[in-house]
Amino acid sequence: MININEVIETNNMIEKENLDVRTITLGISLLDCISDDLDVLCRRIHEKITRTARDLVKTGREIEREYAIPIVNKRISVTPIALVGAAACKTTDDYVKIAKTLDSAANEVGVNFLGGFSALPAKGMTKSEELLIRSIPEALKSTEHICASVNLGSTKTGINMDAVALMGTIIRECAYLTRENDSIGCAKLVVFCNAPDDNPFMAGAFHGVTETDAVVNVGVSGPGVIKYALEEVKGSDFETLCEKIKKTAFKITRLGQLVAQEASRRLGIPFGIVDLSLAPTPAVGDSIAEILEAMGLEKVGAPGTTAALALLNDSVKKGGIMASSYVGGLSGAFIPVSEDQGMINAVRAGSLTLEKLEAMTCVCSVGLDMIAIPGDTPASTISGIIADEMAIGMINQKTTAVRIIPVYGKSVGDEAVFGGLLGYAPIMRVNGFSCEEFIKRGGRIPAPVHSFKN
Amino acid sequence: MKKSIITVVGKDCVGIIARICTYLADNGVNILDISQTIVDGYFNMMMIADTNGSAKEFLTISEELEALGREIGCIVKLQREDIFNRMQRI
Repeated sequence: MININEVIETNNMIEKENLDVRTITLGISLLDCISDDLDVLCRRIHEKITRTARDLVKTGREIEREYAIPIVNKRISVTPIALVGAAACKTTDDYVKIAKTLDSAANEVGVNFLGGFSALPAKGMTKSEELLIRSIPEALKSTEHICASVNLGSTKTGINMDAVALMGTIIRECAYLTRENDSIGCAKLVVFCNAPDDNPFMAGAFHGVTETDAVVNVGVSGPGVIKYALEEVKGSDFETLCEKIKKTAFKITRLGQLVAQEASRRLGIPFGIVDLSLAPTPAVGDSIAEILEAMGLEKVGAPGTTAALALLNDSVKKGGIMASSYVGGLSGAFIPVSEDQGMINAVRAGSLTLEKLEAMTCVCSVGLDMIAIPGDTPASTISGIIADEMAIGMINQKTTAVRIIPVYGKSVGDEAVFGGLLGYAPIMRVNGFSCEEFIKRGGRIPAPVHSFKN
Repeated sequence: MKKSIITVVGKDCVGIIARICTYLADNGVNILDISQTIVDGYFNMMMIADTNGSAKEFLTISEELEALGREIGCIVKLQREDIFNRMQRI
């Protein structure tokens, strides 16, 4: 039988160490909404989302109350819209209309974000995908809850450099159109290499075509819990350190599994995966940087940072995999700058640079995330940063992403403020040498030799 | 049978157990086990309870216990036992 110390430990994790379930994300397939009539398509999309997700927020709240565990976000992901809209959309305005339809459906069911305004041109880009991509700046400007993502490459296909070049200009345009709010549109736009079909986390969530009609995915979190646990093993060797992280990750993930199964049962929608990611928030004590510093680094970015992150990421997976029947999504440590107070402090102190962050993305789950750069950074330089990150993903057979914000009118030394979970960020220095000639070559980078396994 | 866990955390324990037990008895909640300890000078009590016999909804009991807690100056929580079983047991 459960004893009082175990109860106190669990409740302390929730009350004092910021343990929470970060998101219940309901994936909804929109493939059965397809029509070549835009009005019919929009009507079907609206009807399907509001019907399927009708009880999502209410169910989330009930679980929250019964277990006394905060479930921070209730969200929706949908089939990549470039597939759904291909038959109906002839102009970028048509895609913006779908974005507005999605936004109104999201609003009606009470979720804070809806992901899947997406295209997957990893190898080649269809006309429809190009239209959707070109509509992203206007779509993000004119909606509140919509998140967009574009998969630009994979280990199997190589990297679509035409799409990489295009995204540099799209990100700049997005920054300009949302310039009144520190270019916040770019915070809702992410590009991927090897994008997973079942990611519950924004901005990159979409409901892949490999998925069933509707599915419940859950993202857990708990950087604070790991950090407090590490304080107990201060000064001990790496074996002890890794064991401590594994045991703690196991407990965190079991909570995610419980919430996912409960939500699935109550909604009558199958359980998909638990995403094991450690997702920080701007709250003090809920930081990946602080975990790395608790391991013995003076500041994140110091030599040893990549090794520390690698062992953290691996230990979290080892502990988490046994705790859940299905693990998926991104599953690893997120290292966003603006959403992590420790990362912000390290940038301000001059310890953490864009180049070090890039190295860190080789060993963790995501990529360059929520990084503010000068507003006058050329589009080709943004494409170059993206290409580097895509190459890391392609060669290492892992997901990488870029969510970068060229903050309009701001330069190094300034700060961008996004608010809420998105936080704020100091503008980081970008290498000023040009890669324009490289980016404008066009075409695609072939798939690497180790992708030929057949 | 699905069990529930009631936790009570507060500074002082005079009359607290009596008040909570009275509420539970009045509302048909059966207490299966009680244990208590002191952590950092705070009184911590845990009850394993069965709410299935109560005429009230789980969330209503939860809200009323929280309100009772505020009245007597401590934090009272009602949670389903699963969360502890899942996190603390393989």
